[in-house]
Amino acid sequence: MCDVCGCGDPKVVSVDVHASLLSANDHEAAHLRAHFLEDGVTAINLMGSPGSGKTALLEATARALGGRLRLAAVSGDLATTHDADRLALAGIPSAPITTGTACHLDAAMVAGAVHGGVIGEAVRTSDLFFIENVGNLVCPAIYDLGQAANVVALSVTEGIDKPLKYPVMFKAADLVVLTKVDLLPHLRGVSVGAIADALSRVMPTPRLIELSAVDGTGLAAWAEWLMARRDEVRRAPRPAHPHSHGHEHQR
Amino acid sequence: MHEASLVSALCDQIDRAVAPHPGALVRVVHVRLGELAGVEPELFRVAFETLREGRACDGATLSIVHELAEWRCRACDAAITRGAALRCNACGGAARLARGGDLFLDRLELEVPDV
Ligand SMILES: Nc1nc2c(ncn2[C@@H]2O[C@H](COP(=O)(O)OP(=O)(O)OP(=O)(O)O)[C@@H](O)[C@H]2O)c(=O)[nH]1
Ligand SMILES: [Mg+2]
Ligand SMILES: [Zn+2]
Ligand SMILES: [Zn+2]
Repeated sequence: MCDVCGCGDPKVVSVDVHASLLSANDHEAAHLRAHFLEDGVTAINLMGSPGSGKTALLEATARALGGRLRLAAVSGDLATTHDADRLALAGIPSAPITTGTACHLDAAMVAGAVHGGVIGEAVRTSDLFFIENVGNLVCPAIYDLGQAANVVALSVTEGIDKPLKYPVMFKAADLVVLTKVDLLPHLRGVSVGAIADALSRVMPTPRLIELSAVDGTGLAAWAEWLMARRDEVRRAPRPAHPHSHGHEHQR
Repeated sequence: MHEASLVSALCDQIDRAVAPHPGALVRVVHVRLGELAGVEPELFRVAFETLREGRACDGATLSIVHELAEWRCRACDAAITRGAALRCNACGGAARLARGGDLFLDRLELEVPDV
C-alpha cells in the first residue's frame, strides 16, 4: 500500500523463463530432421566464406557420385539464382532460396523450399540432399537446418587463421573440406599443417579432407565420407509413428 | 546481422511469458549470451533497442551476461586450457563445450499492479 493515498503499489515479480533464443528454429529443424530420417535422406549443411568453393565442390560431387546416388540441392543466395542454375546444369535437381537481407538460412526457409513441388519430390527421393548455405563464416553456424552433418568449405587462399578467427563456425563442423589445394604451390606461408593445428584448437573432433575441384584431389575421400554419413542415416531407427508429431506446415 | 532475427525471437518469447500477467510492465530482461554462441553483445543490444518498440518489452532494460567459453574433457571432466588444442591433457579424451555455447532468455522482472 502506498501511504500517501492508500492505493495499491505495483510490485516487482521475477519470472524465470530459461528458454533458448533458438527454440523456434530448433523446433522447425527437428520437424525437418524427422522427415529426412523417415525418407532415408542424408542432409548436408554446406557452409563457408563467400567464394570458398561450395558450388564447385557440389559440381565435382555430381561428377564423382551422380551415377551412383540420387542427389538434390538448395542454394541460399542473397540476390541471385546463379548457384542453383550451376547445380542444375551439373545434373543436380536444385532450387534457389533467395534470402534477401538475411545472412544465413534458417529451418523455416529450408522447409518452405522443400515443401512440395518438383524439388520437394527430388529431395524426398534423394540419397544425399545438399543445403548450400549463404557464403558467410559467422551467421549460418548457429541455425540447425535438420541436417545429418555440417560441412565447412575452407579454401587455402583464405590463409591459416580463419579457424581461430571464426571458432563458432568450426566448432559446429563435422568435417572441414580444405578446397582449392591445387593452388597451394602458389601460396607462400600457407601450409596444411598450420591449418590443421588451428582447427585442433576450435573443433572438438577435427576432420579435414584436402580437395581440389579442378584436379580431382580428395574427391574419393569426400565421396567415402559422404557414403559413411549415408550409411549412418540408413541404419538410424526410423521415427516410429511418422506423423505423430504435430504436423502443421506453415506454408 | 542475425542478431536482429534473434532479438525478434526474444521479443516473441517475452510476449508469451508476459501473457499470463495482465497489466504487467517489463522492467528488466536478463539474457545470457555465450562467448561461442555466435552473437555480438553490442549488436544484440542495438537490435533490442530498435526492435522492442511497440512490443511488451518496450522501455525495458536489457541485462546481458556474457558467458565465457569453457571446454572440458568428455571422459574425466578436466578443464582444457583456453586456446590449447581440444584434447584432454590428463587422459587424451575429446572435449565438450561445458559453458559458453548457449543463447538464453533467463529471467524477466515484471512490474505488476498490486490488487
Ligand atoms: N583453382 C581452383 N579454383 C577453384 C576451386 N574451387 C572453386 N574454385 C574457384 O573459386 C571461385 C568461387 O567458387 P564457387 O564454387 O562459386 O564458390 P562458392 O563458395 O560457391 O561461392 P558463393 O556461393 O558465392 O559464396 C570460382 O571462380 C571457382 O572457379 C578449386 O578447387 N581450385
Ligand atoms: Mg556458391
Ligand atoms: Zn548475421
Ligand atoms: Zn580427460
